[in-house]
Amino acid sequence: MAAPSYGLIATFETAPEIYHAAQQVRDAGYKNWDVIAPCPLHGLDQAMGLKRSIVPRISLAGGLIGFCTGMSLIWWTGASDYKLIVGGKPLFSPMFAFPVSYELTILFTAFATIIGMFVVNGLPRHYHPVLKYDQIKRGMDDAFFIVIEARDPRFNLANTTALLAKAGGKSIKELEA
Amino acid sequence: MAHAESAAAPAILGEVKPAVLPRAVLVANNRSFSWITEKICGIIEGKTPVWWWWCFAVACFVASFTVAGLTYLVATGVGVWGHANPVNWAWDIVNFVFWIGIGHAGTLISAILCLLRQKWRTSINRAAEAMTIFAVVCAAIFPVFHVGRIWYAWFLFPIPNSNYLWQNFRSPLEWDVFAVSTYGTVSVLFWYIGLLPDLAVLRDRFEAAGNKLRSFLYGFFALGWRGSNRHWSNYEMAYLILAGISTPLVLSVHTIVSFDFAVSLLPGWHTTIFPPYFVAGAIFSGFGMVLTLMLPLRAVYKLEDLITQYHIDCMCKITLATGTIVGYAYAMEFFIAWYSANPYEGFTFINRAFGPYAWAYWIMISCNVITPQFFWFKKVRHCTWFVWILSIFVNVGMWFERFVIIVTSLARDFLPSSWGYYSPSIVEIFTFFGTFGVFSVLFLLFIRFLPIMPMAELKAVTPQADVHGGDHP
Repeated sequence: MAAPSYGLIATFETAPEIYHAAQQVRDAGYKNWDVIAPCPLHGLDQAMGLKRSIVPRISLAGGLIGFCTGMSLIWWTGASDYKLIVGGKPLFSPMFAFPVSYELTILFTAFATIIGMFVVNGLPRHYHPVLKYDQIKRGMDDAFFIVIEARDPRFNLANTTALLAKAGGKSIKELEA
Repeated sequence: MAHAESAAAPAILGEVKPAVLPRAVLVANNRSFSWITEKICGIIEGKTPVWWWWCFAVACFVASFTVAGLTYLVATGVGVWGHANPVNWAWDIVNFVFWIGIGHAGTLISAILCLLRQKWRTSINRAAEAMTIFAVVCAAIFPVFHVGRIWYAWFLFPIPNSNYLWQNFRSPLEWDVFAVSTYGTVSVLFWYIGLLPDLAVLRDRFEAAGNKLRSFLYGFFALGWRGSNRHWSNYEMAYLILAGISTPLVLSVHTIVSFDFAVSLLPGWHTTIFPPYFVAGAIFSGFGMVLTLMLPLRAVYKLEDLITQYHIDCMCKITLATGTIVGYAYAMEFFIAWYSANPYEGFTFINRAFGPYAWAYWIMISCNVITPQFFWFKKVRHCTWFVWILSIFVNVGMWFERFVIIVTSLARDFLPSSWGYYSPSIVEIFTFFGTFGVFSVLFLLFIRFLPIMPMAELKAVTPQADVHGGDHP
C-alpha cells in the first residue's frame, strides 16, 4: 500500500440500497465497518449484524445507585447524623423516603444512560477521518455511506472496492487517515 | 369445535387478502429528505424576520416586569405581595403549579407518545420539549422567590450548613424540590440528546456556507456526531430509555406537586383524587399551550406539510379527553364532598361555587369543562383560528383552576373568625405577567437558533426511510 489510508467510503442514494449493501458487507465477514445515515433506519441494525446495545445495563446500574443514594441520604441525615424527632414519627422509614429516592432513581438513570451512550459511542470526538470527506455532509442530509476501515483483517483495496461496487456503491473513495 | 375452526383458518386466510388500513400521512406531499433539511435549516439560516425583532422587543419589555417585580421583592421583602392571614399561599404557588403543568405536555409528547409509537409526535416534539424547559424556568422562579430571603434558597437542598440541620424529608415540599429539579434536569438532557444529530447537520451546513463561528458553536455542541449507524443504534436505545423513565417522571412530578396540597389537612386540599386529577389537568393545560404556540408557528413558517391537519386533530382530541377528565374530577370532588358527610368539606365546595370567589370558579368551569367540548366537532378542529382561540381559553381556565383550589380553600377554612379575602398586589400581578415575557424571550431565541423540528426523526417516518421500499414482506 502506498499512503496509509483510513479505509474506503462508498455512496448510496436510497434506504433500500444501503440496506441490501449492508447485508452484503456483513455476509462478506467484515468487522470494522460502518454505515453513515441521516436518520436511524428500521432494520439496518440487523442488516449490519449489530448486537443489542449495552446502554440499558449502564442505565440499570445508574438507577440502582440513584435509589440507594436516596434511601441512604435520608437515613443518614435523619437517623444517623442528626437525630431529630419530627411529629413523634420514627427517625427513618422507607415510606417517606420513597418519593425522593424515586426521583433520584430517575435522575441517575438519565445521567447513566446519556453518559453511557457517549462512552459506548466514543463521543465526543470532534475529529474523525470520516468527517474530512468532502461529501460527508450529504450523510447528514439525504445520502447514505458505507465505510470499511483499512484495519479490518479482510480489507484489501482491490477486493473491498469490488465488493462495494458490486453492492451498488457509487463514487468509491479512499479516506485519509 | 374451536380446534377445528383454527385448523381451517389458514386456508381462508390464503384466499382473503386482508384490507390495508389507510395510515395517516405524517409528512404531506411526499417530501424528500433534503426538502426537510432545507425547510428546517432554512428557518435558522435565513435572515432574521422583521416580526421576530418586534416580538423579541415586546417579549423583552414584558420580561422586564418580572425582573423589576423580583428585584423589588428581594430588596423589600415578601410583604410586597398581597399575602396575609389566612391566605399565605396565593399567586406564587398558583403560578408555580400553572407553569409546571404547562411543561407536562412537552414530556407527554416526547416520552409517552414515543413509547406508544404515536409517530405524529415527531413534528411537534422538539418545540414542545423546549416549551417544557422554558415553562420549568418560569415555574422555578416562584417557589425560589416566595421563600423571601432568597439567599437562603439553598437550604432547600441537602447541603451541609453551619446549623448542622438537615431537611425534613417527611415533607411533600421537600419531595417537590427533588421532583421539580429532577424534572428540569431530565427535560434538558432529553432535549439535548434529541438535538444532537440536528446540531451536526447545522455544523456541516454552516461550514459549507463559510460561517466559521456558527459552525464552531454548533459543532462544539454536536460533539462530533457523524451519523454512524453504530452510534444510531446506541442512540436509539438511549432515547427509548429516556422516554421510558420520563414517563413515570412526568406522572410523579405532578403527583408530588398535588401532594403539597393533598397531604395537608385543609378541606378542599385533603383529597385522594388530587394526583390523577392534577396530572390530567397538567396535560390538558400543556396541550392548550402547545396549540397556542404551534399554530402561529405553522402559519408563519408555512409548515403545513409537517404539522398537518392530522396533527392538529390529534392534539385537539387529547385536549378534549384530558379536559373531560378534568371536568369529571370537578364533579367527583363535589360528589365526595357531599358523600363524605364532612361539614367542612361540604362547605368548602359550596363556598367555591357560590362564595366570594364564585367568579373565579365559574371562569374555571366554563374554560375547562365547556371549551374543550367544541373539539368533538370536526369542523371546529379544522378551523385553525378557532382552535387557537379555544387553546387560549384552556390556558386561562387552568390558571384559574389552581387559583380556585389554592385561594378559596385557604380563605375560608375551619374557623369563621379567621376567614379572609385575598387580592393580589400590583407587584404580584406584574411579576406573573412578566413570566410570559420570560417564556417568550426564551422561545423566540429557540426558534431563531435551533431547529424547531427534529429532522432525523421526521426523516425516519417518511416512506423514503423504509428499507424495503414500501414493499414489506
